[in-house]
Amino acid sequence: MKKNSRWASLYMALVLLLLYLPILVVVLFSFNANPGRTANFQFEGFSLQWYEDLFDPAAGYGAALSSSLVLAFWSVLLSAVIGTLGAIGLTRRRARKGLLARAGASALSAGEHLAMLPIMIPEIILAIALMALFSAIRLPFGMVTLVLSHVAFCVPYIYITVKGRLATLDPALEEAARDLGASPAKVLWTVTLPLAVPAIVSGCLLAFAMSMDDFVISFFVNGPQTTTLPLKVYSSVKVGVPPHVNALCSVMLAAAFLLVALGQLVSSGSLRRRRRAPVSG
Amino acid sequence: MRRPREGSGRRRELMALPMSLYAALFVGVSLLYVIGLSLFTRGDGFAAQPPLTMGNYGRIASPLYLRSLLQSLRLAFWTALLCLGIGYPFAYFMAKSRPRARTWMMMLLIVPFWTNALIRIYGWKILLSASGPVNAALQFLGLVQRPLKLLYTDGAVLVGMVYAMIPFMVLPVYSNVERMDWSMVEASRDLGASPLSAFLTVTVPMTLPGILAGLVLTFIPSIGLFFLSDLLGGSNTMLWGNMVHNELLKSRDLPFAAALSVVLLALTGLVILLYRRAGGKTENMVF
Repeated sequence: MKKNSRWASLYMALVLLLLYLPILVVVLFSFNANPGRTANFQFEGFSLQWYEDLFDPAAGYGAALSSSLVLAFWSVLLSAVIGTLGAIGLTRRRARKGLLARAGASALSAGEHLAMLPIMIPEIILAIALMALFSAIRLPFGMVTLVLSHVAFCVPYIYITVKGRLATLDPALEEAARDLGASPAKVLWTVTLPLAVPAIVSGCLLAFAMSMDDFVISFFVNGPQTTTLPLKVYSSVKVGVPPHVNALCSVMLAAAFLLVALGQLVSSGSLRRRRRAPVSG
Repeated sequence: MRRPREGSGRRRELMALPMSLYAALFVGVSLLYVIGLSLFTRGDGFAAQPPLTMGNYGRIASPLYLRSLLQSLRLAFWTALLCLGIGYPFAYFMAKSRPRARTWMMMLLIVPFWTNALIRIYGWKILLSASGPVNAALQFLGLVQRPLKLLYTDGAVLVGMVYAMIPFMVLPVYSNVERMDWSMVEASRDLGASPLSAFLTVTVPMTLPGILAGLVLTFIPSIGLFFLSDLLGGSNTMLWGNMVHNELLKSRDLPFAAALSVVLLALTGLVILLYRRAGGKTENMVF
């Protein structure tokens, strides 16, 4: 396999530059002294005023951030439990004998396919479906409907990452624990779950990012008191372009970069530990 | 020793019950409910009432909606194609980079994707505006006299769409190229194939699963993303997602909005069916 030519590296750098161009522009304009609202995007000197505006309680950004965080917390927690249990239950299934058992197995397969649908169909379909369902059962729109909806699309991310990890585990590990007399519950708690933890964590991180980022579904199932950050950004951008949106976006970008860097640090640290393990042990 | 283990296996499957029940209620029932709603007549306020009718689907078969559908499909088609054109070489080169560079590339690619989609689209709004950096650069270089109208055009929507979707092309192609057996390519080169013909007759067919998955993953969401055309598009950019959004929140016609989403659901099903027919696997669609 040949190494990349200089042209290939140039091409990659160019694509990455284009990928970051809009982000850099947002950060740059967050320091723009020009208060121009709709059409004026000229740069007129350095200012930190828009960052100060963010801390003004009247602007409602603090409230939006806290509803986003509360929403992401509950959605990730619930979907981590549901998705992990699902992955453990559905990894390495045996073929069933008997009509009833086979019917049960195919019902579970159908459930698995249904659970994966939210990330395969356009978001707007699930959004209108959930909105219609909630209004049919007269569930008031608010944090409860938001969490119920976010769990629906967070479960697949956790399920897929955990199931992928479990499928690579050596079945002999669990069998050995069973042969040594551990009960199924104990095997699950002391062998399977600890081995699945890295996958559960990365699935949760992904689900957290998706929940914090979601706009389309939240847009349809939110209540008057539960404006999340993406909804706040949308309404600000839609109305005009108040310059503190730039500051808000820059802060959100910095948080995303920090999270990713942290994740990278954690995973590279654990990799090194794993590589060192056979030598020291 | 066999019996208790089989029993525990069955009990273990029951652990998937919460997930199946949750999906059955909030995905299965809600989608069936929407399909049912689409057959009703509009009621007072935000409601549906009998009689049962196919009238909502009849309304969709009018020039206004067919034009919107065509516009959405065309945009989704070009989005998928451009993502392939730009993303394939990127993924290919990335897979051929040194491991260390590869990790960095992957991180640089994923980070923007972790940040809010609205923010990135908003960045394009600044870039493309009449007094924005792109126009300023064009004027500075003397290429144009007056600012071009870049924002609020179909082109702007396409740019934003490709931008939002490109990771979904790069990731499946990358994981495919990375696992590819390079000795096949070397063998074809040894047998006298030119680099180009080796690429076209060996590499492309071997990475076809990644290409297909990428095409589906970029095509399907492009039909439904209403906020993108809302922020970057002109007043005549009416994509299918915008139609659903408008009927639901402006006209508050629940049954008709339901019918519009059923059409979108059917289209999605058709695309996934074609994908499966072409030999695509569902596993390749998720990471």
